[in-house]
Amino acid sequence: MKLRIMTLAAALAAAALAAPAEAKTFRYAFQGDLNALDPYTLNETFTLGALGNVMEGLTKRDRDLKIIPGLAERWEIAEPTRWRFYLRKGVKFHNGEDFTADDVVFSAERALSPESNIKSRIAAGTKVVKVDDHTVDFITTGPNPILHYEWDTWYIFSKKWSEDNGATKVQTSSSQLSPFTLKANGTGPFLVESHQPGVKTVFKPNPKWWGKPEHNLTEIIFQTIKSDATRVAALLSGEIDMMDPVPVQDIARVKANASTDVLTGPELRTIFLNMDSLRDELLYSDVKGKNPFKDARVRKAFYQAIDMEAIHSRVMRGNSANSALLISPLLFSRAAEFKRHAYDPDAAKKLLAEAGYPNGFGVEMDCPNDRYVNDEAVCQAVVAMLARIGIKAKLNAMPKAKYFEKAGATQKYDSSFNLLGWTPGSFDSHNVLLNLVGCRDGKGSGAFNYGGYCNKQVDDLANKILIETDNTKRDDLIAQAFRIVHEEAGLIPLHQQALAWGVSKKVKIVQRADNQILFYWAQKE
Amino acid sequence: MLAFTIRRIFEAAIVMLTVALMAFVLFRFVGDPVNQMVGQDTTLAEREELRERLGLNDPVIVQFGRFIWNAARYDFGVSYQVKRPVTSLIAERFPATFELALTAALFAVLLGIPMGVYTGIHRDSWLSKLFLSVSLIGISLPTFLIGILLIYVFAVQLGVLPSFGRGEVIRIGGWTTGFFTASGLKALILPAITLGLFQMTLVTRLVRSQMLEVLRTDYIKFARARGLSDRAVNFGHALKNTLIPVITIIGLQLGAIIAFAIITETVFQWPGMGLMFIQAVQNADIPVMSAYLLLVAFLFVLINLIVDLLYVWIDPRVRIYGREA
Repeated sequence: MKLRIMTLAAALAAAALAAPAEAKTFRYAFQGDLNALDPYTLNETFTLGALGNVMEGLTKRDRDLKIIPGLAERWEIAEPTRWRFYLRKGVKFHNGEDFTADDVVFSAERALSPESNIKSRIAAGTKVVKVDDHTVDFITTGPNPILHYEWDTWYIFSKKWSEDNGATKVQTSSSQLSPFTLKANGTGPFLVESHQPGVKTVFKPNPKWWGKPEHNLTEIIFQTIKSDATRVAALLSGEIDMMDPVPVQDIARVKANASTDVLTGPELRTIFLNMDSLRDELLYSDVKGKNPFKDARVRKAFYQAIDMEAIHSRVMRGNSANSALLISPLLFSRAAEFKRHAYDPDAAKKLLAEAGYPNGFGVEMDCPNDRYVNDEAVCQAVVAMLARIGIKAKLNAMPKAKYFEKAGATQKYDSSFNLLGWTPGSFDSHNVLLNLVGCRDGKGSGAFNYGGYCNKQVDDLANKILIETDNTKRDDLIAQAFRIVHEEAGLIPLHQQALAWGVSKKVKIVQRADNQILFYWAQKE
Repeated sequence: MLAFTIRRIFEAAIVMLTVALMAFVLFRFVGDPVNQMVGQDTTLAEREELRERLGLNDPVIVQFGRFIWNAARYDFGVSYQVKRPVTSLIAERFPATFELALTAALFAVLLGIPMGVYTGIHRDSWLSKLFLSVSLIGISLPTFLIGILLIYVFAVQLGVLPSFGRGEVIRIGGWTTGFFTASGLKALILPAITLGLFQMTLVTRLVRSQMLEVLRTDYIKFARARGLSDRAVNFGHALKNTLIPVITIIGLQLGAIIAFAIITETVFQWPGMGLMFIQAVQNADIPVMSAYLLLVAFLFVLINLIVDLLYVWIDPRVRIYGREA
């Protein structure tokens, strides 16, 4: 009897091994929707990540975010202002067309068209010139060391397909969705089989992909699950193999379950506080006639009053990495040189007294409550900690749609003290120095500088960083700029929040720090 | 009768306009839709241009006028987020909500009425007490908690029912239905119970109190004196007379079920109108929000109108009042 069962088992195992293509369906869920399949429409991590399985850029980034060749096999800097890219030969789009230099030129035009949401991928004024079918030159207006830093998410469209499908123009933000945005045609390892926005999207492997597949999937199904509790339940019940994000309070539970686990890792986004140091009088404070935040001692007092260890262990339950910089340490080689100003309420009180506020003062704090991990709870903790040094902060927590309107450019930075998070799209410090730290000039610089911090020295350094092509010198300039901001506590960095993906133990998937969900390296038992 | 109807329709139109106006004024406080439409790297000039193109810089009264003028022609604009016409979005999402609401209503009626009758007749039996305790839970627990509890028990612990979604659907013309597939029917069970539980308890309690009242009346005593069977008395005479108010309530509750499926749909990721509305609120998607609110107002107004007209037809006293007025 026993023998018979063993024979049967062996036979079954043999059958399983012999089966040429066992169905490996990978189901995953995210809290947000996948709407238009035109990656130039919405510059957002999840959408770009999902489409990164289907479409490809000239460059790619590997598991550790290092830049590697994509549709370009290699490239060289022919002159400081002319980069030459050699395209991969024999690559075909999903509909069978060949990939050539024309597609690159066309995609550059498309990316720079007025309706495009990814214009920043290609530096303004850059000319794209076809040399031959598989060589393209990029002529820049000045030396640009980070020309190709964001090209892993500048996906190449087929020129002919776009013309045939009326997709030469980017879907505008305001007008109706064109039918082509429900389809996708790329060169990537997966193709979109069906797409119902807001409900379900099905991907299938592309059998004719140019690379060597490192996954074993036969089908991928994406579904949106908005409610946190339901997303967790769907994972625990085995209906899905992976989901993002796991709410902080459920991490322990998902880990404790026998068939699921949580993948955690540092995210690139940095959370920080802005103080209005621009206006002559604060809009929301009981100090009249002057602005306490103009005094670096007051800003530093705020900095030193915040106990980040407590926020790390209590509010974030260990799922964050405290930061001394406005950029993730993964993105700046010399980040280790920077240490946070120590938590020291007594020193903070002394600084406040020196600045002329021995009894503190009152100020209102604006905070989103549905944007970042536990954002409102972080703000509440900050408010409570500031109370210990006599600062009476009043918290206004609000939904992100309202928050970004009030604290941002729309209502002319109508805020005195607020919390914001930022991931530099280029994965580079210049983006941070320009958007978050640069003096607000109403054009481009400091557009997300919600506190209006302004130091000409930092701006000058940023301009040098933009064109410095020597990496060592460049990093040195960046360190100098960050040093100034750090010393005078222009902004207060808090932490990098952690990624938390819930995964079934049957699945192995690579979690990249940029939170793109890619199936390139996914294995399912 | 005609005057009554015309007056009612006129009143309905005023209600709709008021809802639209109030909704529109409120939208000024939901936040900035532009920030939700573009990526973080979009420049201020581009944002401003988009705001201008969407007409968000116009005075509210101009925006409202434009909205009413378009709505009168059944054009609710294009969703800021999904970038498709709101009318087609609603048409696509309506079947899911309608099937869920219908199932929930059937669940409420088919279970609620027998339970009400039973508890009305056997007031002191332990089963009645059990029914009433269950209905107390249905009334006092919030919907999202019931949903999550059901998911926890039936999807996570027992693994017999799906925790989210609608299962496989079949497309018939412009309508999608989950009634004809096994996975569609399975997916319907938990959300329908969650959504219908409150209505079920309402029906149970309503039928019970009506039964208690009717059973005391003279004609029931008379029927019993005539020697009719219990069944004939309870169902033929008593139940029939309890049903008039019950039907009214159920009609009105159907509107409520459709309108307030929002929470249930969010918990179960049910791809209906309520889920669409929640997403629209979070993203300040004004065209979707305004169209949804108008649609809900329209449903309520329509159901009220039908109920009023039914009253006139059923109850002669209302008819006389209507003629005099």
